[in-house]
Amino acid sequence: MTNGWVDMKNTDMMLIMGGNPAENHPCGFKWPVEAKRTRNAKMIVVDPRFTRTAAVADMFCQIRAGSDIAFLGGLIHYAIENNRIAKEYLVHYTNAGFIVDKDFKLPDVDGLFSGFDPEKQTYNRASWNYQGSGGPPAPPAAKPGQPAALPPLPGTVDFDPTLQNPNCVFQLLKKQYSRYTPEMVERITGISKEQFLKAADLYTSVRKDGDMKKVSTIIYAVGWTQHSFGTQIIRTAAILQLVMGNVGRAGGGVNALRGHSNIQGATDMAGLFDSLPGYLKVPTPADASFADWMKRITPTSSKPAAWDSFNYYSNTPKFVVSFLKALYGDAATKQNGWAFDYLPKVDRNYSWVQMWDDMYNGSLKGMLAFGMNGVAIGPNSKKNIDALKKADFLVVGEIYPNETSDFWRAPGISTDEMKQIQTTVYNLPCAGFAEKDGSMTNSARWVLWKNTAVPTPGDARLDQAIVAQIFLKVRELYKKEGGKFPDPILNLTWNYSSPSSPPLAEVLKEINGKALVDLEDPATKQQIKAGQQVPGFAWLKDDGTTLCGNWIYSGAFTEAGNQAARRDPSDPSGMGVHPGWGWSWPANRRVLYNRASCDVDGKPWDPSRKQIWWSEGQQKWVGNDVPDFKVDSKPKDHMGPFIMNAEGVGRIFGPLAAFADGPFPEYYEPTESPIDNPLHPQQTHNPVVKRFKTPDDKYATPKDGYTIVCTTYRLTEHYHYWTKNNPMNVQLVPEPFIEIPAELANDLGIHGGEKIKVSSIRGEYIAKAMVTKRIKPMMIDGKRVYQIGFQIHQGFRGITEDEGKDARTLANLLTPTVYDPNAYTPEFKGFLVKVERA
Amino acid sequence: MSQETLRIQKISGHAGTVPGEDTQREFTVCKLVDTTTCIGCKACEVACVEWNDMPFSQTTFDNTYQTMPDTRWNYWNLILFNEHEREDGTLQWLMRKHQCMHCAEPGCLEACPADGAIVQYTNGIVDFQQDHCIGCGYCVTGCPFNIPKFNSVTKRMYKCSLCTDRVSQGLEPACIKSCPTGCLHFGTKDDMKFLAENRAKQLRDHFGYENAGVYDPPGVGGTGVIYVLHDATKPELYGGLPSNPTIPLAVKFWKHPLKWLGNVALVGGLIGLFAHYLKFGPKAHEDSDTASKEGD
Repeated sequence: MTNGWVDMKNTDMMLIMGGNPAENHPCGFKWPVEAKRTRNAKMIVVDPRFTRTAAVADMFCQIRAGSDIAFLGGLIHYAIENNRIAKEYLVHYTNAGFIVDKDFKLPDVDGLFSGFDPEKQTYNRASWNYQGSGGPPAPPAAKPGQPAALPPLPGTVDFDPTLQNPNCVFQLLKKQYSRYTPEMVERITGISKEQFLKAADLYTSVRKDGDMKKVSTIIYAVGWTQHSFGTQIIRTAAILQLVMGNVGRAGGGVNALRGHSNIQGATDMAGLFDSLPGYLKVPTPADASFADWMKRITPTSSKPAAWDSFNYYSNTPKFVVSFLKALYGDAATKQNGWAFDYLPKVDRNYSWVQMWDDMYNGSLKGMLAFGMNGVAIGPNSKKNIDALKKADFLVVGEIYPNETSDFWRAPGISTDEMKQIQTTVYNLPCAGFAEKDGSMTNSARWVLWKNTAVPTPGDARLDQAIVAQIFLKVRELYKKEGGKFPDPILNLTWNYSSPSSPPLAEVLKEINGKALVDLEDPATKQQIKAGQQVPGFAWLKDDGTTLCGNWIYSGAFTEAGNQAARRDPSDPSGMGVHPGWGWSWPANRRVLYNRASCDVDGKPWDPSRKQIWWSEGQQKWVGNDVPDFKVDSKPKDHMGPFIMNAEGVGRIFGPLAAFADGPFPEYYEPTESPIDNPLHPQQTHNPVVKRFKTPDDKYATPKDGYTIVCTTYRLTEHYHYWTKNNPMNVQLVPEPFIEIPAELANDLGIHGGEKIKVSSIRGEYIAKAMVTKRIKPMMIDGKRVYQIGFQIHQGFRGITEDEGKDARTLANLLTPTVYDPNAYTPEFKGFLVKVERA
Repeated sequence: MSQETLRIQKISGHAGTVPGEDTQREFTVCKLVDTTTCIGCKACEVACVEWNDMPFSQTTFDNTYQTMPDTRWNYWNLILFNEHEREDGTLQWLMRKHQCMHCAEPGCLEACPADGAIVQYTNGIVDFQQDHCIGCGYCVTGCPFNIPKFNSVTKRMYKCSLCTDRVSQGLEPACIKSCPTGCLHFGTKDDMKFLAENRAKQLRDHFGYENAGVYDPPGVGGTGVIYVLHDATKPELYGGLPSNPTIPLAVKFWKHPLKWLGNVALVGGLIGLFAHYLKFGPKAHEDSDTASKEGD
């Protein structure tokens, strides 16, 4: 989230879309409710179903799963056409006035941006750049067979403060979404023109005539990410929020609700293959040296001549060197490029879906599966099961047997076939959440420490103890037997008081970082001694004198102790900041980009919701939150508030390598969709999305008989595939059900509670029908289209399953193997099925 | 709220003087359920089952998100779901937390022939005392909300106790404690009425619910559970909440004259007991066979 859960109470308007927080985040949902109760805030819910969230909303629009960009693009169009934009904010805090390269082309004619290479299914993004001069030298020409490296951003960008230049970002934006008319929104999304206009009027009403006092927020979850264009949906939302001047402000922002209690922490700690902790970019084989790598990943500022840009990522080498010092200690030296050679060089995509494909194709031989149920979470569970059949080994660390540990007895596998499966499966009993301490990072980036409530039962062990013991054993083998390149293993720092079970508080201390020599801040003369914890990432050095496991968490465990364990509930400003409750990254800042909560002169847009402001007396930025800014940068110096971007401003246009599939979001149909894309039928799908080719990978079209749009979701009564082991949850929702519109039930002659079969081209799912008024038939581009959905929580292991009463196939047998080209999230939502009586 | 408030002010089937009768009440406790902010998450259901150490129930899916069709002897708190299409074509998914209403004039207590099986405390909580319950099921007849449920094993009636054990220690009931959205509130009746009326006004003034209002039916003397409804003119939409609940005439007729006669007659207590024995004693067994089938 740019903001946070508690901050939602400050909002005037909520757009909840691609998420169902009442269902999936009921505790956090108290804050949207609080905003309604205390501020008369309005809530618009856009969802394929009338959800539990919709039940308390002020307006509901039923949208076809996957058509979100059309809706949001329509909102941008509406806001611009009706002067519901934040003009001053746009000009000064976004790249709206930046002039774009003359070779850049919008996808308005053929659905393709400039630079598409149909053979490789990728874009040459050289023209997705600003027009300007200066900046670092262009990279050398490409070697034969290798893709050309992208040009750099210009150091000085051509700029039009009037936003009138036809090639400025704002004019391109206007042109891009001029096609997203209310009529087009209706054709694509199924939301009638009248209803769309009502929703658009309501949402943008906070910026009526450009008035800046009010603020609106956008709240989303995996209903947006789980598409083959998921990142671009969120981009569209971000653009809308920038155009309306809602980012950086209390009660505003773009707010991702993370699905599990620590999924934010997992992402922060490099849960993805292409990042190191703190979102530092991994080295690739093209980086010949540490210097090469730093040059590639350290941005240089790119801005209009008269402006300033903090370009905070210019500090990247400090974060990287400190990280490598944390990993390799004394073995990381200036001479060896801080042990650059020890790091794996990531040569291609190793994301979730790709990994299972690798296992299916035989190149991935084994898997350690902790804290997740890979077979059940899919997509295309059958492919994952078939992949595991080919693996040499599988280690599952869990508190219950699950569909992954027991993949070999999935429904449909015969006893004879079971005997053929050679995969060795190790089941390790792990600790449950109440049996371990550690920190969890919530959606609001709040790092919160928890204590152990009960000891682990029986032989169960802590996850970190299992991982540590595997590591120690591997290191022992390397010590004994040598090997091709033992150094990264032998030199890894492992300075824990209990090496075979590292205490997590020590790990958090290491993540926070410490000084390796005595240090002094030249500005404040503050000193820290060698061995002391650093107070924050501003202290990190690129000369090897500091270590830090994750720069964005620097400040979480200082000399003052474990900041994540703080529990001071006080909130002096009354704005839900709670500065003494836990600790939020970065720097205990609760609302990101909060410089943008003030006008150009440094005065809050809304004096009743003061976050930070420029103090003339103190000549610095002060306030109720930690300023997300260079504290002594005077307003007249015009430093941009979006300090993590090289431009210093919010990106309406995402230049160069920012996105794989376009600097502006364009609407594409889901991989399986009932219609051709009404914007450009010749380019229905996201052009850079690749399909997989194993026999388990099949994709349907309406011509194959699959005409019903299907989506999947979770219930508040269950937690993933886990609570089917708990009688309390089973009592609340004892068995799966499939929600279908009453009209579809009527067509099929089905009554509620009768069993139906939903089939995609990949698999079948049988459960009782829930016949509901909460999903209506839709008119999509002139065609009557049904939409259905079902929850994912059951499988073939669990209380009722084990009693033999209720063994289930998995919901994700139906979902396609295809993913978003930017974040690699699979497309679980919006695929085609058919429905019949079971 | 302290144990002070747990002094009895009404007793079922009791012909003599009631200890504490006419005591000045300091507080009447009250739950406020704001159905306009209920998300049907069932946290209150779970809290109720857990706090009261109830055994788990077998359930089956029945074309609804609702856990089961009705409350049970071991399931006192149930959210009722209703998909309602309004005249303007918009949809409402109404959710109402259903439990004992703790009526000021409790029909169950009026109907109950067993001495001390149902009591009302001075704080307004209506509580079943299973030790004295004879399982006759008359309380069901007296209840306009269909709350008391029979356990065929113990042959006793059960319902929400408004967490008497918690309330007497100054805590809120378990359901209130667990509510994540703040849709549930607990406090004195006066305070809850005030909150509820303000919320209803806010719904009328700012959210377009012109019929928003508070459900606190006078037919049973007001209730210890009050609701904020989007449309107070149609309480039936919320899982069949009766628009004007009253104690059935039959219950009133035979209970009140009986009490009055008992008081007038010097041997009222004796006659009352005798009459009860004659009239209802044997019926207890008959009734237990035909009572709720869900008592397992």
